[in-house]
Amino acid sequence: MAGEDEVTICRCEDVTMAEVLEAIRVHGARTLDELKRILRIGMGPCQGRTCLRLAAGVLARELGVPASEVMRELPRVRPPIVPVPIGHLVLLGTGGREPKGGGDP
Amino acid sequence: MRRPRESYDVAVIGAGIIGCATAYYLASRGLSVAVFDRSYITSGATGRCPGGIRQQWSTEDHVRLAMKSVEIYKNLDQELGVETGYRQGGYLILAKTEREVKDFERNMRMQRSLGLPVRWLEPGEIREIVPELDVEGIGALGAAWNPTDGYADPFKVTFGYARAAERLGAEIFTFTGVERVIVEDGQARGVKTSRGVVRAEWVVNAAGAWSRLVAETAGVSLPNKPYRHEILVTEPVKPFLRPMVISFHDNVYFRQSSRGGIIGGWGDPNEKPGYNFESSPRFLITMARLLAKYIPPLRGVRVVRQWAGLYDVTPDARQITGPVRGVEGFIQVNGFSGHGFMMGPATAHLVAQFIAGEPLDLPLEPFSPDRFERGAFEGETAVVG
Repeated sequence: MAGEDEVTICRCEDVTMAEVLEAIRVHGARTLDELKRILRIGMGPCQGRTCLRLAAGVLARELGVPASEVMRELPRVRPPIVPVPIGHLVLLGTGGREPKGGGDP
Repeated sequence: MRRPRESYDVAVIGAGIIGCATAYYLASRGLSVAVFDRSYITSGATGRCPGGIRQQWSTEDHVRLAMKSVEIYKNLDQELGVETGYRQGGYLILAKTEREVKDFERNMRMQRSLGLPVRWLEPGEIREIVPELDVEGIGALGAAWNPTDGYADPFKVTFGYARAAERLGAEIFTFTGVERVIVEDGQARGVKTSRGVVRAEWVVNAAGAWSRLVAETAGVSLPNKPYRHEILVTEPVKPFLRPMVISFHDNVYFRQSSRGGIIGGWGDPNEKPGYNFESSPRFLITMARLLAKYIPPLRGVRVVRQWAGLYDVTPDARQITGPVRGVEGFIQVNGFSGHGFMMGPATAHLVAQFIAGEPLDLPLEPFSPDRFERGAFEGETAVVG
């Protein structure tokens, strides 16, 4: 059986437990925002839906605080929330017609 | 959490690329350094920037400084012991008007005289470099192409500088705000932080878009203004785009990251100054339309995230670097106007040389805070505003 170190925390960005622990123990990360910047947790297509909870659990355990405290300051939710094709965004607000001219809406 | 010591040689305000690189170059000269940031490392503009490293500028001092930065970036992985993702993918700057063609010709002459291998590309030659680019659809008349421009990962670079600085004895205090700069008898003496007073011989103001507010606490007035700049990234796609593509005319830039996502920004000409971090639908739609126009196959690619950061903009779009009159030992390293990541390494190195009393690799004079009072400055025009 794989050791806990090899458990994948973030599937989109391929981040393992060992890497999360290193960011906390060696690099002194204290917040989910820092884990995001150091490891890219939550930057992939799922935008943190799976990994942030897992990372919060690990962070809380390492810091010896309740998970709710770590979860109090979540990385900011970034639009468009779910991935949207560029081709769909192009047609927004045009009634479905191709926009004329430049990029300006 | 550990507390700062009573005194250091240098107190640096801001843990972005400028603050962390300055701390590294100072510590490597044997000076004791403390860096303070009210949030985490890269929490300001550094962690929100696209990571471009460009040397094609309209003013000579900018070209020289950027070329110095590239010298540093080339060896940075080895120097810091990290993988910064630095790559010389080139910058393709499209000309869309006859006026731009003329300006680019003049700029390229100047850039070549300084040793930059920049050259003009006809539309057909642009297609050889990026076949997917719809050169006719965009209406590009040609492009300035410099293969030695490039990009790096802003997080890897900045954390790399921070860790290397710490190994040399520098201390970085995150979530530690600076309330004011302490000035006594016209001399900077330290900073009052949320963890107490710290004395220092020198105070370095590297607080990005907040630098103006920091300077005010020392009675120093800076002309910088914060402007929101928005950016987005798509899901990863197969690598196809090597260079950064820019149009000053459309106020747009984009590149493909090493992970495959397309990262791109558009500057809204109607943006008002202010501390606004909101992501706007206007940006999202405009950027999508621009990407679809420039590279039609991107229509099927999904945008996963958009965000915003602040440019710290000066009246001439050139950085403010050096001592200020009236408060000795208070060094400004701000006002990068959207170019901090590219100018950062060379500038931080110069600032460390200045503080250590060494001869400077390049003069700081052209970036002096005094230039605005003297009215003696030439504006940088090669900017995505």
